[in-house]
Amino acid sequence: MQGVIDFLVSLNIPYVNASVARYIVLQVLAAIVAVAAPAGLIILTWLERKIIARIQDRLGPNRAGPFGLLQAIADMVKMFTKEDITPAKADRLVYNIAPGLGMFAAIMAFAVIPFAPGFAGTQMNVGLLYIVAIGGLGTLAILMAGWASNNKYALLGAFRAVAMLLTYEIPMVMTLVMVAVVAGSMSMVDVVEAQSGMWFVVSMPVAFLIFFLSGVAEVGRSPFDLVEAESEIIAGFHTEYSGIKFGMIMIAEYVHMFALSFFTAVLFLGGWQIPFIDVAALPAPFAAILGLISLLVKVFFFVFVMMWLRGTLPRFRIDHLLDFGWKFLVPLTLVLLIGVAFVIRLFAPGSSVGIPVAAGPLSGLGMPGQVVALLVTNLLVLGLALVVVSSAARRTRSKALRAVSAVDSPVPTAGK
Amino acid sequence: MPSNFDPSQIPLVPIVFWIMTLFTVGGAIGVVSSKKLFHSGLYLVLSFFGVAGYYVLLSAGFMAVVQLMVYVGAIAILILFAVMFSRRPMAAESQANRQWWLGLPLMLVLFVVLVVTVGSVAWPVSGAEPTADTVQQLGVAFLGSYLIPFEVVSVLLSVALIGAIILARGKVEGEETN
Amino acid sequence: MLKEFEFVGLLGAITFTIPFVTLLLAWLLRPKKPNPAKQETYESGVQTIGDTWVRFKAQYYIYALIFVVFDIEAVFLFPFAVALNQLPLYALVWAIVFILLLFDGLLYAWRKGALHWT
Repeated sequence: MQGVIDFLVSLNIPYVNASVARYIVLQVLAAIVAVAAPAGLIILTWLERKIIARIQDRLGPNRAGPFGLLQAIADMVKMFTKEDITPAKADRLVYNIAPGLGMFAAIMAFAVIPFAPGFAGTQMNVGLLYIVAIGGLGTLAILMAGWASNNKYALLGAFRAVAMLLTYEIPMVMTLVMVAVVAGSMSMVDVVEAQSGMWFVVSMPVAFLIFFLSGVAEVGRSPFDLVEAESEIIAGFHTEYSGIKFGMIMIAEYVHMFALSFFTAVLFLGGWQIPFIDVAALPAPFAAILGLISLLVKVFFFVFVMMWLRGTLPRFRIDHLLDFGWKFLVPLTLVLLIGVAFVIRLFAPGSSVGIPVAAGPLSGLGMPGQVVALLVTNLLVLGLALVVVSSAARRTRSKALRAVSAVDSPVPTAGK
Repeated sequence: MPSNFDPSQIPLVPIVFWIMTLFTVGGAIGVVSSKKLFHSGLYLVLSFFGVAGYYVLLSAGFMAVVQLMVYVGAIAILILFAVMFSRRPMAAESQANRQWWLGLPLMLVLFVVLVVTVGSVAWPVSGAEPTADTVQQLGVAFLGSYLIPFEVVSVLLSVALIGAIILARGKVEGEETN
Repeated sequence: MLKEFEFVGLLGAITFTIPFVTLLLAWLLRPKKPNPAKQETYESGVQTIGDTWVRFKAQYYIYALIFVVFDIEAVFLFPFAVALNQLPLYALVWAIVFILLLFDGLLYAWRKGALHWT
């Protein structure tokens, strides 16, 4: 990106010096992101309808344009020209703001993503927390939407949705803490660089799974989609929304899904890196293009996985969801965090800058040793959790069996 | 425009500062003067955004993001839940006050006292540049010289959690006996 | 540090206008025929009775409460996470104590049935 700035400066346009050129480049990048994120929606909706259709052994849209590619455009035209029916007693101001806020939060999440080596909008050194904060804004938008509709079902749907979102935000944040521990920094750019040895999906598979799972729950996709389920509570928090406002809520959801795929790719699959090739060392235009393509491949892989999940799995019940979140995922991530922190400290190279700290005892084994230790820790913790859960399940089942058989077996009568 | 106009010299910090002040103070005024309770909650969220902006201007990026994450993402939702559970949540109530002849002078006196007190304190300001690794320094401090407060925070959070559950569950059990 | 947030500000400024532009475009393009029957609250075709009010289920509030506590715990864990390599080994023990104290709170909530969706 510095190269683009230098190029602009060298054109010698009046009033454009180095810092102004930097602003212009940043502004253009912001504009591209702000437009590309909702525009990706068009590709995403087409992909979704085709993939789900094929999973369900049917064709999907194939009338509007070749292979139904213009279907999303047709839908957009429909949304724009539909009459806007605002319920009579709805809270007009909040009703109109809520979809916009949802879209705002979803697109703002893209501010911290490194798209290619040197091409990050910002090197924010609190990038990981920024992601969480923006997710919280989306939750607020759902609450506002459910409230403003003045509809019992919308309100109930909004409460249930927010309860689920809050539950699954904790495991997600804890896995982000784990990523910060291993990468040594909260900046997304640093996380990508820290994966130049080994991608985090290999050294921390369980953390990756938990992050992706919690992320899918945060977005509200199936199998966690009681938020917008078609047969539950009519339509949940967006019952009273029609036309363009409903379209905006849908845009917010798809962009959020897109953003989650980007996060997973950047945090666990090495972002713009390609295995065995040092992308950052390539000459400038190639590095950027190659890195971007690599990132997009990973992103669309995760998008495909999410659609695959939607077409395959049935919906979860809300009490199962909340129990799974609080009683399994949260303790699991806490224990896993302790384990990961332990391993990283044991393998830490000593530092002589600032406070002189002795190296961790196992630092002689270097990076491969660290990767193996992390992998072993992950699998051990997962195995332990599964053992605990299965024994608890066995106990519950045997108790239930005993209760049932006690009713069925004949009670010996006295005086026989 | 004159030929020596340098766009990079537009003072950005004061503009951002006044926008954030608008958010914070405007939000605060909205909280107390809004007729609907839910709107008050949303104005409070606006105020939180303004404070987060202040943190950014003070080079405390970590605090800004924490402000958004904790206040907007958790506490605002808690407050809005409480608002939505209240009995007549959609009612619009007038915010006029009959005792304004007593409230206004008291408010002015309080305002003057606060401004004079804050203005006359010699705040320990250092002209040093803020370092880039503030979060690392926070971490080292938490587990170094401020270790006891760090652990006390954990105890405090646990106590808050247990206390809240006792209070909330007490109400639920009271309802279930009906 | 202000430099890092410039891009966020720029993106925010553009993103802020997108909903307005969308709504404006839609307002220009769509028909406007308001009708009292269309504007009634939707309740599967029947008339609504009484105010919109959902029965107070303390469970929702408890989930939000526990979430606040764990959110703040995560906030304290982040500085620890990035400073881990600069800390002596025993500091790790203190952080584990921190996590376990809050784990204890969660266990209390679990045993007291606060996590049970009635």
